[in-house]
Amino acid sequence: MKTLAYFPGCALKDQARADENGTLAALARLGYEVREIPRWNCCGTVYSLAQDDLMRHVGPVRNLLRVQGMGEGRVLTLCAMCYGTLSRSARFVEDPERLRRINAFLAPDAYNGGVEVVHLLTLLRDEVGYERLAAQVKRELNGLKVAAYYGCVLLRPREYAVDDPDGPTVMERVVEALGGGAVPFPERMECCGAYLTVTQKGVVEGRVGRLLRSARAGGADVVVTTCPLCQFNLEERRPAGAPALPVLYLGQLLAWALGADEPAVGAAITGISSGVRHG
Amino acid sequence: MDEVTVFIMGKGYRVPAGLTIMKAMEYAGYRLTRGCGCRGGYCGACATVYRLRGDYKLYADLACQTTVQDGMYIAQLPFTPAERPAYRLEELRAEGQTLLSLFPELARCVACNTCTKACPQKLEVMDAVQASLRGDIPGVAELTFDCVSCGLCTMRCPAEISHHHVWQLARRLNGAYLTPRAPHVAQRVAEVEGGKFRAELDRLMAMGKEELVAAYKARDIEP
Amino acid sequence: MASELRLSRAKLAAPFARRVEELSGENPYACYQCGKCSAGCPFADHMDALPNQVLRLVQLGDEAALSLSAPWVCASCHACGVRCPKGVDIARTMEALRVLALRRGITPTPVRPDRPYPQIALIGAYRKLTP
Repeated sequence: MKTLAYFPGCALKDQARADENGTLAALARLGYEVREIPRWNCCGTVYSLAQDDLMRHVGPVRNLLRVQGMGEGRVLTLCAMCYGTLSRSARFVEDPERLRRINAFLAPDAYNGGVEVVHLLTLLRDEVGYERLAAQVKRELNGLKVAAYYGCVLLRPREYAVDDPDGPTVMERVVEALGGGAVPFPERMECCGAYLTVTQKGVVEGRVGRLLRSARAGGADVVVTTCPLCQFNLEERRPAGAPALPVLYLGQLLAWALGADEPAVGAAITGISSGVRHG
Repeated sequence: MDEVTVFIMGKGYRVPAGLTIMKAMEYAGYRLTRGCGCRGGYCGACATVYRLRGDYKLYADLACQTTVQDGMYIAQLPFTPAERPAYRLEELRAEGQTLLSLFPELARCVACNTCTKACPQKLEVMDAVQASLRGDIPGVAELTFDCVSCGLCTMRCPAEISHHHVWQLARRLNGAYLTPRAPHVAQRVAEVEGGKFRAELDRLMAMGKEELVAAYKARDIEP
Repeated sequence: MASELRLSRAKLAAPFARRVEELSGENPYACYQCGKCSAGCPFADHMDALPNQVLRLVQLGDEAALSLSAPWVCASCHACGVRCPKGVDIARTMEALRVLALRRGITPTPVRPDRPYPQIALIGAYRKLTP
């Protein structure tokens, strides 16, 4: 067993519980002992882009400090947004002057820098490997046609991309390793509208309509994401007439394929094989 | 008598050393009708901020629990304006987003931990904000059990959260829906309703004053 | 957006463009108005000025950039930044405009949740859209 520090984030403890349950079950089968970091706090969900807004980095850095306290050198995230804020803040405080100022505020604690933030997808690609993942599959996805949806944060800005930001393949490869079929999905790197869902619903509905139609046009049965905000928008901001594709988390797919209990995926596969089409 | 100099709302006073801030204010001639309650550290009415000469830190504490120091600059905060939306407990569910939907400003927390530093009860206030944010109602109830609603965290919070109202709701939800029911309480309530103590109460109600005093003095007291 | 362009020395020397540059960390003068950012912006349809036009106003030191809807429709998806041939991360410029506006008390899209929202949505909205 390999130990792995894990930052869940708020959504994984509530709305995206299925993602956490599924991923942790799958990682246990892949030989990881996942250790949730103690007393973690919200990552901030959106990374602050203003140069003088140091306070917005305190939350993410406090989490990195907890990882340091565990004696771990890296931390796993499942949520795309958490990955974005933590990995970018980790890089932000590589500058010694910024780190000094944030540490002056965190005193008597002090973050020494150097914690690496990894996303589930890169862990599966670079450490587990597609072949080993495929070898662990207990229950094939029966060719379930999957639209692998990256959204923004996994790929942009370029320096933090989990894969080639112009032509990523990692999520499709994972889906295929699990026995699913990744369909062409031209809008897979486009934004869902994110937090504008609170203030400008119409804008988000327009985005979601386009995304769902693009996924359906490629022949998808389900959309798979690692972002709870994308998941919320794709389900709750679907405009009238857009295809009602089920939106699953990657963790749910992993759990099902690796033989853990995951009713949502089972239902999606059964629904499709019995000819029930959504939307 | 040892004396110290304190500055109450900007004006200097010589007061005996060893007094609490509250007593020092009264010694200086203030008559406290607000910002003063139980005088025992429980009611949270006497929230006070102060600085010490030569120290950058802004301290926050209860006036009835804190001894004056020489060169202390004191301001009382007898009341903290805080937002609490109306809710009916019986219409709420003790689940993930209940606290957040009533107090959406919880989402403004930047994890700066200033609330924790301000808490006179030494609670882990930021951990409670974070637990509220992720919907961990029993966690919030546990972390805030000793909150006295003084409002000091609320005054210091850059996210403008109304902490004590969130905590109160979390404890209410926890008590109403999540804490296991105690069978012996239900049993006793049924006994009371069934009239088990009726005769004894009637007897007490019928007593004259002297008889009542005698009965009171002779009552069983738990050791 | 004004259709007529009025340049003046005063405008060009105004500290506004410098302030936006400082806050964003992006050089607005690197932009040569090719329009790739606007072509790829998934929110351009809803903006009163396209991303390249916003940058142009900043280059000209025109504080009209602060009263546009564009920065408030921008969701920081960085689609513009990854395709900019000059490496300008325009999402950062948009953030600088939001931050400047918010610090002046300009809040065109206040956050008033009309229903329960997941944490991830509210936190993002408050952080980006409220002072």
